[in-house]
Amino acid sequence: MAAAVALELDRVSRRFATRGSGLFTAIEALAFSVRAGEFVSVVGPSGCGKSTILNLVAGLDRPSSGRVLLNGLPVTGPSTHVGFMLQKDLLLPWRSIARNVEFGLEARPMPRAERRARAQQELQRCRLSELADRYPFQLSGGQRQRAALARTLAIEPDIVLLDEPFSALDSQTKLLLQRSFAQTIAGAGITTLLITHDLVEAVSMSDRVLVMSERPGRIVEEIVVDLPHRDDPIARRPLPRAQDLMTHLFDALHLADRTDA
Amino acid sequence: MTSLAEAAVATPRPWLRNLALPAASLVFAALVLVAWEFVPPALGVPKYIVPRVSDLLLEMARMGRQENLLAHVVSTGSMAVLGFALGALFGAVCGYLLGLSPLWERVLSPYILALQIAPKVAFAPLFIMWFGYNAWPKLIVTVLVVFFPILVNVLQAMHTADRDQVNLARAYSMSPAQVFWKVLFPSSMPSLLAGLRIGATLAVIGITVGELLGGEVGLGYLITFGEGQANTAMVFNAIFLLTIIGIAMYGAVAWVEARVLHYIPRVEH
Repeated sequence: MAAAVALELDRVSRRFATRGSGLFTAIEALAFSVRAGEFVSVVGPSGCGKSTILNLVAGLDRPSSGRVLLNGLPVTGPSTHVGFMLQKDLLLPWRSIARNVEFGLEARPMPRAERRARAQQELQRCRLSELADRYPFQLSGGQRQRAALARTLAIEPDIVLLDEPFSALDSQTKLLLQRSFAQTIAGAGITTLLITHDLVEAVSMSDRVLVMSERPGRIVEEIVVDLPHRDDPIARRPLPRAQDLMTHLFDALHLADRTDA
Repeated sequence: MTSLAEAAVATPRPWLRNLALPAASLVFAALVLVAWEFVPPALGVPKYIVPRVSDLLLEMARMGRQENLLAHVVSTGSMAVLGFALGALFGAVCGYLLGLSPLWERVLSPYILALQIAPKVAFAPLFIMWFGYNAWPKLIVTVLVVFFPILVNVLQAMHTADRDQVNLARAYSMSPAQVFWKVLFPSSMPSLLAGLRIGATLAVIGITVGELLGGEVGLGYLITFGEGQANTAMVFNAIFLLTIIGIAMYGAVAWVEARVLHYIPRVEH
């Protein structure tokens, strides 16, 4: 069961027409898979097509060639099996936190009471119960991201896509929030794809790190992070082996930069 | 963060300081009124040019007794509110429809701009020729005057809606109708209400111009009537009452706005 593939990208390319006649290749023959319950990070230089991956998996965009498979089925449009979260929390300012968490559930035929109960449960898991009736402007940046995670998990997705969710936060909040997310995700046992440019974050949170090249984005290296404390990045970070991996990643990215320069 | 905000709210404010500003405003008003009462006569300005405050009050009482003032006020007030409501409704509906169909918006935008620039009150004589001396011309002018700022504000809000929020709703498999009602419509509220505030003040201008040009009812009519009789005090009084109607409408919109937009943090000075 644990070995089941949750997400697979099968030689996926995405090209965009540019102004004029040229074609712009964001990602080229990208192939990787994520097993159920696995936490995989994708790191790479800015503009390497990381957000394109996210849009393809979320069903907001289609590949030019290749296939994106979710639980073995091709992604043809937005699906309720995918939850995604961006650097921006995207909380709706006119809704209370509880109503924001309910937002994703409103697309489904579901009684109001059940939706409420589901949101309450998710708020509790993300330790936000006492903020349920507040409005987004009354929360700190870290609390807002936790609320966004609660909203993302409320729809009970098979896979969660995180697109640099910690990058807009100050470094201390970032550490605490990474731990909070890691605990919540480990507790829920949910498959996660984290897109980030923060190598430390990638090593301290994931089971596996995929290194992408500059545009057109390809996977140039895969690192298996076989370390304890996946639910506690603060504890994992100082491990000597983690430090080695971070140094290695730093070099790998640097090399990747050069080959495409 | 929240504890800081709570601390700021909890800080006791002396009631004296809260009253100081309104008191200063009232003192200023009193000074202006006293100056109005005594300065023009002292300079030898005749009453039919600038009537004194006491003349205005006496004329107001006479208008109430002999000119059926209440009926005029009710007519102007109700027509302004009706014209405002219709103009706001049409303006908002057109704004949302155009916002949802970029093609139509591009086709129509030059005409929208032209009509927005055209002085709408100048159409009033045309409407009188078409519909006669009844309530329609002033109502149509008012609807037209209110329509555009609201249309433009709503359209602007539809353009500036957060694309990521829309994508989030789409990623949750929401239908286009759900995306509109759950994201686009609520996110347009600040702009819509700003448009309504502008519209509320313009409605009074629209109705006044309509009444100035035709008909036998309303405060605009009293202005032309007073002008014909060289009754300056009557003109002043009608203007004063029109202003009151405008303030009441503006205040009502501002009241609604404060309740609807409770989720936007207010800046404390």
